[in-house]
Amino acid sequence: MWARNLLFCSIIFVGVAVLVAQLTPQYATRHDEQQLTEIQQTRRRAARLDPVSRQVGGALKTRWQEAGVKAVATADDLTVARRISLALVGTIPSLEEIRWLEALPDDVRLELWVDRLMRDRRFADYLAERLARAYVGVDVGPFFIYRRRRFFVWLADQIYANRPYDDLVRELIASEGLWTGRPATNFLTVTINPNDNVGHPDEVKLAGRVARAFLGVRIDCAQCHDHPFDDWTQKDFHALAAFFGQTEQTFTGISDGKRQYLFDNGGRQPPEAVEPRVPFSEDLLPAKGRLRQRLAAWVTSPKNTAFAHATVNRIWAMAFGRPLVEPLDNLPIGEKVPKVLDVLSEDFVEHGYDLQRLLRVIFRSEAFRLASRDTDSDPGDSKPSDERVADLAGAWALFPIERLLPIQLAQSIIQAASLKTINHSSHILIRTVRLFDQGQFINRYGDPGGDEFMPMPSTIAQRLLMLNGKLVQEKVKSTLFNASGLIAQLAPDDRRAIETAYLTVLSRLPTPEELAHFRQRLTGDGAETRAQCIEDLFWTLINSTEFSWNH
Amino acid sequence: MEPLNNRHPYSFRSSADDALPTRRGVLKLGMAAGASWLTGVAELLAQQPAPGERSAGETRAQSVILLWLEGGPSQLETFDPHPGSPIAGGTKAIATRVPGLQLAEDFEQLADQMQSVSLVRSIVTKEGDHTRGAYLAKTGYRPNPTAVHPSIGAICCHELAVGGTEIPRHISILPSSSAGRGGFLGSRYDAFRIGDPAQPVSDVAGWVDQERFQRRLGDLNVVDRAFERPRRTLLAVDQPRHTLKAARRIMSSEQLAAFEVSQEPRGVLRRYGDTPFGRGCLAARRLIEVGVRCVEVNLTGWDSHAENHKIQRRLVRTLDPAFAALLADLRERDALKRTVVLCAGEFGRTPRINALDGRDHWPNGFSVALAGGGIRGGLAVGETDPHGSRDVKDPHAYADIHATILTALGIDRGKENISRAGRPIRLSEGEPIKALLG
Repeated sequence: MWARNLLFCSIIFVGVAVLVAQLTPQYATRHDEQQLTEIQQTRRRAARLDPVSRQVGGALKTRWQEAGVKAVATADDLTVARRISLALVGTIPSLEEIRWLEALPDDVRLELWVDRLMRDRRFADYLAERLARAYVGVDVGPFFIYRRRRFFVWLADQIYANRPYDDLVRELIASEGLWTGRPATNFLTVTINPNDNVGHPDEVKLAGRVARAFLGVRIDCAQCHDHPFDDWTQKDFHALAAFFGQTEQTFTGISDGKRQYLFDNGGRQPPEAVEPRVPFSEDLLPAKGRLRQRLAAWVTSPKNTAFAHATVNRIWAMAFGRPLVEPLDNLPIGEKVPKVLDVLSEDFVEHGYDLQRLLRVIFRSEAFRLASRDTDSDPGDSKPSDERVADLAGAWALFPIERLLPIQLAQSIIQAASLKTINHSSHILIRTVRLFDQGQFINRYGDPGGDEFMPMPSTIAQRLLMLNGKLVQEKVKSTLFNASGLIAQLAPDDRRAIETAYLTVLSRLPTPEELAHFRQRLTGDGAETRAQCIEDLFWTLINSTEFSWNH
Repeated sequence: MEPLNNRHPYSFRSSADDALPTRRGVLKLGMAAGASWLTGVAELLAQQPAPGERSAGETRAQSVILLWLEGGPSQLETFDPHPGSPIAGGTKAIATRVPGLQLAEDFEQLADQMQSVSLVRSIVTKEGDHTRGAYLAKTGYRPNPTAVHPSIGAICCHELAVGGTEIPRHISILPSSSAGRGGFLGSRYDAFRIGDPAQPVSDVAGWVDQERFQRRLGDLNVVDRAFERPRRTLLAVDQPRHTLKAARRIMSSEQLAAFEVSQEPRGVLRRYGDTPFGRGCLAARRLIEVGVRCVEVNLTGWDSHAENHKIQRRLVRTLDPAFAALLADLRERDALKRTVVLCAGEFGRTPRINALDGRDHWPNGFSVALAGGGIRGGLAVGETDPHGSRDVKDPHAYADIHATILTALGIDRGKENISRAGRPIRLSEGEPIKALLG
């Protein structure tokens, strides 16, 4: 009997010890050999990015000089780590990850962080979802012939394998086959309107998608009329649509036949065959091949700078929450673009359209590492000059703050309630519950759909959801297993409790004023239990503006 | 100085470029307004353009109630019966208070209100898909990748004065995925969604007692101050302080009582049919009394690809008492002339009955019902063919319904808002149906 009791006690002891160990900082810097090799590898790889990083730095400095501003001070590593985490996996870092980060050497800490996240399947899933929204939108789409899930998993696989982006796009535009066997064809089948009974993808929609998603131009306004401010004419648009004119949908999937695109101007004129023609850089269009193959080759031609510009601008938006050139899908063609965009685009093309490299270069740029506030104004109460800040933000001489996307916010709330990372190695039950909670939250919060990187001010309903919503209430409530419960039970003192809560939710330590305020609350009048005080602390941090913004 | 060219990468977007103030636009605006600019911008963001306050005695329509029949109701089993014809499939019709105007059987209570209701039996669209059809019905525009159009409710909130309303002015009860959206007018105009009014409204009550909630807000102020002060220029576009204040105003508003249908006498509840939809209609009436501009009440399940008659009949029995009681109640309270009631779905159903005794999607001639707001009652506009062909007399686009409602509300349908892509878009491109107006 005593043996069983002893066993029971020792299990409890080990469990508690593990939890305590996770809650408190570990200053152990012992790296095993594998980690040392990894660190050295990362150092070498980082060094290889130095030339392009210098170019990006140069371009940024010129831009700051032209704008007559001086960049603000750099942000600390944890702040930047939070940005990277939001950009790559769409959530804040967990306490577990923060502890891991703290133990790394300064010079490659963030590079190792990027490596770790890019190996995480969450990265491929998150990026795939962002890209899929540009490719196929968020609609359920036509029944049977469109398999969004299938498309999404395929896309995530390609990103995980770091497939060259030009190759990926060529497959999207030009592939033939069944929507199940060749998931890329869903890019085409999603545009089929089953009620039109036409049996082929919608050329007009596809032309609009290709132009926006891959070239960063809004040519689809010219669908109905010549655009008043742009160079596109209605003819340009329908000539682009004509590249999808051969494409048919049959029981064997998507294929190219002998069909021709007919334009009838919404019934206002007799149907008229339109010759396929690209709206610019016609010399890059191959003369031979199926129409879609020719279009795909033209779009992804290394000399077609619009493709690289559009991609870099989109990836930049994923990193910063805001595109380098606004709006995201209306880049100037054949005009001067910011030097930074040029430098990044050239590197992207030269290095085989490597999305992961592009992300790394962006994360290493000075612009990404800057603080999100005017650090040169006097700290404390003095008022920063509004005009100065506007100039700084306009010149990327300060990290621009942006609201988190609904998915980022939902995932971050859920992550903030757990000390351990919630990822694909979490228990299936935890992941299922997370997906369900997330869906419910986003449903109430509102999903921006395909236009994710358009600034949308927050609404009162969203604020109510944060203040009084079910998800926040459940996640804040002290239980045996969640962060607020564990901290209430296991933190050795008030200071550690507050610090751990801050790290878990805001990925930073409290300021001295904040620490003093909450210490007083914890020891205060005694009307609430300690667990309730920690609940209040979690509720407060999750409801703070800082939490729901990328900064 | 760079020219303010829309295409230039770093240009300010011109003020007409976006219905919402852009980041840079607000910064500029703020700078122009000087030191006290934060309040100025907050007001700008919070206030809707008031198109001239109306005098108290004015009787023009001020609110819209949309009874949304999600799934596509069958015109033949609701507002456009063809009794005895081969397409009826046995559905009978009943006489109404208006001589010559028939409804499908089971609309006994609505039949008694038809002096206030007009039917448009000739809506023709090209959208036979649920999502696309719902988009068209709610916005008056076909889905189009270059712009997300605001729904009729969002337009009402954008165009009509706020008055003393503290609670959200665009509400969707028992919402579907097609609940009204603000589109390019901004998510601020999205419908606030609530479930069955028998339940308390989500998210408006705190989980902790008042004292503890106040303490939490005090704590929040400590945390927010440190973050917001050095970043207030960049936060100006969003105004987190403003949403917090407005959220707290809602939480403490006495107007929240408008959601509580349980405050009504038992008899009233029964009159509406004691169903979630009936309670929704009753809540809608209470809500417009406190100045809510648009309430959508959803009755789902009309997608009867099999067993059409059974499904439609069940739903009509829910719809009939609620719709009729709503009209009677509004009239008794002298509120009918100030409230437009639209009862509609995304499309109709095929005249031909399929092998499963169902009817499929049919956008080629179907019905909606309109009442109140000064819209003439007792009329039937347009006719469909009793043999089920696509011949429709006096066909109307869905946009015509929108134009009619906007006219009833005294809103200029030709007014243009600027989409996010910089395109001017009219409130409605339809033509009001003259027969229905004054």
